[in-house]
Amino acid sequence: MKREPRVYGLLAEFPQPENLLAAATAARAAGYRRMDAYTPFPVHGLSEAIGFHTTRLPAIVLVGGIVGACLGFGLQYWYETQHYMMNVGGRPHNSWPSFVVITFETTILCAAISAVLGMLALNGLPQPYHPLFNVPSFELASRSHFFLCIEARDPKFDLDATRDFLEDLGPISIAVVPTGRVKPVRAGQGARAYPAAQPMAMAVDEATTTTIVTTTTTTATP
Amino acid sequence: MTQTVEHNTAADDEAGPRSPVIGPGHTYASVTDQISAIVLTRRTPKGWLIMFGVASVLLTIFMVSVFELLRKGTGVWGLNIPVGWAFDITNFVWWVGIGHAGTLISAILLLLRQEWRTSINRFAEAMTLFAVACAGMFPLLHLGRPWLFYWLMPYPNVMSLLPQFRSPLEWDVFAVSTYATVSALFWYVGLIPDLATLRDRTRSGIAQKVYGLLAMGWRGSAMHWHRYEVAYLLLAGLATPLVVSVHTVVSFDFAVSQVPGWHTTIFPPYFVAGAVFSGFAMVATLAIPIRWYYGLEDFITMRHLNNMAKVMLATGLIVIYGYSTEWFAAFYSGNVYEIAVVKNRFFGPYKLEYWALLLCNGLIPQLFWFHRFRTSIPVLFTVSIIINVGMWLERFIIIVTSLSRDYLPSSWDMFYPTIWDWGLYIGSIGLFLWLLLLFIRFLPMISVFEMRELVSRQRGHVAEGPSEAGGRIDKVDGLEGATA
Repeated sequence: MKREPRVYGLLAEFPQPENLLAAATAARAAGYRRMDAYTPFPVHGLSEAIGFHTTRLPAIVLVGGIVGACLGFGLQYWYETQHYMMNVGGRPHNSWPSFVVITFETTILCAAISAVLGMLALNGLPQPYHPLFNVPSFELASRSHFFLCIEARDPKFDLDATRDFLEDLGPISIAVVPTGRVKPVRAGQGARAYPAAQPMAMAVDEATTTTIVTTTTTTATP
Repeated sequence: MTQTVEHNTAADDEAGPRSPVIGPGHTYASVTDQISAIVLTRRTPKGWLIMFGVASVLLTIFMVSVFELLRKGTGVWGLNIPVGWAFDITNFVWWVGIGHAGTLISAILLLLRQEWRTSINRFAEAMTLFAVACAGMFPLLHLGRPWLFYWLMPYPNVMSLLPQFRSPLEWDVFAVSTYATVSALFWYVGLIPDLATLRDRTRSGIAQKVYGLLAMGWRGSAMHWHRYEVAYLLLAGLATPLVVSVHTVVSFDFAVSQVPGWHTTIFPPYFVAGAVFSGFAMVATLAIPIRWYYGLEDFITMRHLNNMAKVMLATGLIVIYGYSTEWFAAFYSGNVYEIAVVKNRFFGPYKLEYWALLLCNGLIPQLFWFHRFRTSIPVLFTVSIIINVGMWLERFIIIVTSLSRDYLPSSWDMFYPTIWDWGLYIGSIGLFLWLLLLFIRFLPMISVFEMRELVSRQRGHVAEGPSEAGGRIDKVDGLEGATA
């Protein structure tokens, strides 16, 4: 059996968004489908490169807004025409122009809440644990480095073949991502242990195959 | 290679439209480290502690004033009949207005693709949030029985009563509470990636847990970023009409009534412009000392300050237009009460405040026509404080002069603030500063991920090929920044 059951995927580290973009495009061209890229800021064209095009979020927000509008207007309409009819200056009970402001505000409120909750829900957040956090160098994904992870559930995934493929893309390092909970690396130490300017020649060596969590850089501070 | 075209060290003195919005030589790592170091440093800076002490004293004044108010009621203020609204509503409008610049910077300038907003938007959004918190205090305290504030919201109750939905005051409840909620959401969503950065950068176990909890496991996935950007853009699109609606509704509190001096259609646009005017003045007032103290000249450059001055000039002119319209409309209408209001403002008992307001909001900001003054830090700082004072006076004049001269001369009365009026006003500044200082200490005041994006874009500008990749990241210990 080729697939390692405890492996989440292979994580390749790149120094610049262009490298990552090229790598993601190449991986997609090579037939990989189950992958994701991790970057310190949104890189345009990256989600398309990994084959992710549209999101349902705008539709969710639209529905949220419509619901908000109906609730806002409905509340006022029901109260003023059904529940507690008050004659204010002889105006009609359904004096809709004076209901517009509150309707507008509830529309915005519900749309905004559904935008935030929708975004979080579609992203599967909050998710405090994720296998990627097992890789010490991954903390640079929120600072300065760019990562591509080809996941083990990809039908084309093969630990050796995929690693060879990733090596050809010229990453700084490649790490095997274990799925289990491994001893957490104290934050901040990783950043010291992986100074960014690693020579590219050192990038990949055989060590990646032998241990579960490894990158090619040494843990000693230079 | 012509690398020095836009990256010269004199960037700080340049403020043209093409000058950089970020200092030269910055990398993803250096912006991340420099901004997060402000939060993650173990030692709290002395200046921060001093300011926090000052803010705490002011906050104590606020709490004492609130206590006195709750103990005795609104009679401790200088209110009377006819002047039933004075400092409380003045402060409310002033604070809400200040908040509006934050939304303008974070939402409207985002939609207009104004790159320079990036380094001030987080900070301005926090300012919005805290200003709205201060604003919300005043109508609540003015209720007389603030503990029954929930009567303002429609909720099922045994009296079978809901609030009066046709009243602008009720609209205000919805507008301001929606504004506060959406501002908080917008701010928090913007913070998520930066909280993840702090989680990954901190060396303290507790901080890691707290930031980790707040970051909700953000890992910068491309799919997540995609949805994140859509959500952020949609929020900006929703916040933009919202911010206009909020101050419009605030102006309705006055304009929908029939008091001469309040009952005018120019109020909504003139209030919104005034809000942005005072808000930008507040951003400048706060950004200038913070930028100096924390050495953020690379991120909040002269170009930012220059642009803020331009926005103040433009919105200030709209405000002047609002004043002129009031004068013109009063005389053109021929309405004796409207004319009396204008005359009363110029020559009545509050004439000193009115002339001061015209000086602060009308005359002095005209200095910003000149590049020399827009790029002079002392001038900018002084004028922005003057504008803040002027905008406070404007709300005071609108509210108090209109009320103090009722239709019947027999009911005319003057408003004189008591010590509790002042205590609550000055104390609310303390509340604002207190929250702001906590924010500066515990959260990144500049959006780190957007600064990295800016660095990436600047790389594109200097046409650096991707081939020389690794080379840019050699400044890992770039805490000193590029100015060293």
